[in-house]
Amino acid sequence: MAMRPLLAITVLGLSSVLSAAEGGFFHFPDASELWEVLTLRNYNTRLVVGSTSLLGLASGVIGSFLLLRKRSLMGDTLSHACLPGICIMYLVMTGLGGSGKSLPGLLFGATVTGLLGVWLVMLIRNTTRMKDDSAMGIILSVFYGFGVVLLSVIKGLPDSSAAGLESYIYGKVGSMVLQDFFLIASVTGVVLVASCFLLKEFTLLCFDDAYAGILGWNTHVLDLVLLALVTAVTVIGLQAVGLILIIAFLITPAAAARFWTDDLRIMLFLAGAIGGFSGWFGSSISALTPRLSAGALIVLMAALVFLFSMFFGKTRGVVVRLRSQRRLHRKVGRQHLLRALYELLEEQAGDRFGEFPSNAPVRISSLQAKRSWTPGRLRRLIRQAQKEDHLERSGGETVQLSEPGFGEAARTTRNHRLWETYLITHADVAPQHVDRDADRVEHVLGPELVRQLEEKLARDGKPLVSLPSPHLITPGGAGI
Amino acid sequence: MTWYADDVWIVIIGSLCAVACALPGCFLVLRKMSMMGDAISHAVLPGLALGFLVTQSRASLPMFIGAAVVGVLTAVFTQWVGQFGKVDRGAAMGIVFTTLFALGLLMMAEVNHKTKVDLDVSCVLYGAIEFTPLHVIHSFQWGETWIELPLAAVTLGAVLLINLIVILALYKEFNLSSFDPALARTVGVPATLMHYLLMSMVAVTTVASFEAVGSIIVIAMLVVPGATAYLLTNRLSVMLGISAVVGIASAVLGHWGAVTLPPKFGYENPTSTSGGMAVAAGVLFLLVWVFSPTQGLLQGVWMRVRKEPNPIPVTDPDCESSRGPTSHHAAKTLRSR
Repeated sequence: MAMRPLLAITVLGLSSVLSAAEGGFFHFPDASELWEVLTLRNYNTRLVVGSTSLLGLASGVIGSFLLLRKRSLMGDTLSHACLPGICIMYLVMTGLGGSGKSLPGLLFGATVTGLLGVWLVMLIRNTTRMKDDSAMGIILSVFYGFGVVLLSVIKGLPDSSAAGLESYIYGKVGSMVLQDFFLIASVTGVVLVASCFLLKEFTLLCFDDAYAGILGWNTHVLDLVLLALVTAVTVIGLQAVGLILIIAFLITPAAAARFWTDDLRIMLFLAGAIGGFSGWFGSSISALTPRLSAGALIVLMAALVFLFSMFFGKTRGVVVRLRSQRRLHRKVGRQHLLRALYELLEEQAGDRFGEFPSNAPVRISSLQAKRSWTPGRLRRLIRQAQKEDHLERSGGETVQLSEPGFGEAARTTRNHRLWETYLITHADVAPQHVDRDADRVEHVLGPELVRQLEEKLARDGKPLVSLPSPHLITPGGAGI
Repeated sequence: MTWYADDVWIVIIGSLCAVACALPGCFLVLRKMSMMGDAISHAVLPGLALGFLVTQSRASLPMFIGAAVVGVLTAVFTQWVGQFGKVDRGAAMGIVFTTLFALGLLMMAEVNHKTKVDLDVSCVLYGAIEFTPLHVIHSFQWGETWIELPLAAVTLGAVLLINLIVILALYKEFNLSSFDPALARTVGVPATLMHYLLMSMVAVTTVASFEAVGSIIVIAMLVVPGATAYLLTNRLSVMLGISAVVGIASAVLGHWGAVTLPPKFGYENPTSTSGGMAVAAGVLFLLVWVFSPTQGLLQGVWMRVRKEPNPIPVTDPDCESSRGPTSHHAAKTLRSR
């Protein structure tokens, strides 16, 4: 029954094998071949590509919950813990006189030991001072060791062919049959439906399990339900792509999706899409060059998507984060510079209380003494402020605030002093420490908050405009 | 069972490997990085393939170097992905090692195809401890007996020695940076350097061991003895000692079980000693988990049983009423007095 698709894939890959035999490392298919594979014209391609795409979809969705629960490596433990179950069922079924290779039986065994392993991990974590990683490491190695013991016993049996069992370690995408496809499709269906129904519960479990416990939910049961779904995906993935590569299915698409969004529903959708896409693309390439294992290609595909997402992801990608870090850095620098200038102008204006200082040129050297800037940093800040039209260079050694720059400097200084006063009067912060704190909070302070603060201070009978600094302004002492 | 010279060598090699893994393993358990051994032992595949491609031979040394380098790279990549991508460390590890494994599979397939050399994944990746006594590099007479020294014993003995020297030389630094990295950095211990030193140690140990005796022993011995010891003591030096004892005990028990147990269940051939050692370590862990005098399951149950028949008598009715979560109520009671 499985012969015809096998034959078909052999014919399909024949040209590539031939050309590769001539010495080419990789075979590049022509357009018609590519089109034929990508549009699923061939029966076996359709089967394999369909199965792996569905598997990618299911594992992407369920892997997202695992990732957010910080249990990504549970898939690793699970897939290893499945091995003894498969071997035990094989021994039991051959002992009862059966064929020993009945798929439902083997998968049942894998599920049982997989769940047992997961339960033991949780038990170890809850009853000892060890954390997830040690518990997972112990269960993984001991269960897998037991599997190796049983596998070696099976290999020693006189009339056995244990080769079929080893395909569970390395996977056998190429020889998939319709039964496998239906199995994967049904498990995918179950996973998707369960994720929809339990979305609220899983979300809370992932983001705030303590709160879920307070609400009266049994978080252990919820954890077990989640891990049971993971087990189902792992078990069907085992025989498709193998014991190691299914781990990547569970982790990589979810981790890639995390870079693009902070909304769990979008993340689930994206992770499923990335998993499905990797499955489709990877197994399509593998169909063109059958020498290359589909599982490995799919995992590499997912890894490429992950790498791309890690750098260019919209909300958490490296590029975006670096950019916003630089923006914040600039903003902090600008505010420091403007405030230093304004305070210098105040000093120049003298002690005429209640009067605004007027704009005048300021020496760069006195500015340098104001804060703990390096000369280079100060030069960069001045250049940046000139570009932003806050500052004009008047002469060689002096700078002067521009019209908008002066307004901005007055506003920044005012914000800063509002915060200082607030911290001193309301939050029991020692006045010696306030300046530094205020520096930090000020830069995240929104206009709305400033307005509220003003009202509050007005109610307390504090002056609003041109607040004198609540601590003594000493040259060089403000920024330390 | 009768212990032949080969059996003795298998147990000795197993013990050397177990102790060599258990010592750095203790630090992995303390630093919550127990899965690193598993990750490295899978991730080295491309390193092996590369070592083969460069030298075009199955010589041990270039492949060993390739594997060890990729093993350290696994730790470095994991750190990068975790740090720059702000990905959970477990997930970062999973992504890195599965990707490297997949790359290795493809490279192996290409190597096999191109050179017509059968570089079977399972053969390269997993040595077998049962065959180690056959590979003799030196034989000499010692008194009456003729001793044939296997290569694996020398390799693993050297690895054990290196690990022992590094740990003893930097004991204070390892100790501090494992328990309190922040304090370690404050007093001038380079915590990042210690991290990578430990990772290199784990990588070299892992690669040397699995080439000689198979990966399952390594994965098990990096975690289980350390975790078992952690349940018995609070002192690092004692923990290292106990983990070594547990490692040796699992080697002896594992081999004994692998040889004697299958016939008891009606199977003729002995089973895998590597797997047997992992299972023996698991059994030892289970025993300690249940019976540990300070943190065992039974201890917990016993504490609860002993407490229950002796409840604190409640004499003051006011106390009784103010027990609830309402401090407001308690305040009222106080005021009414």
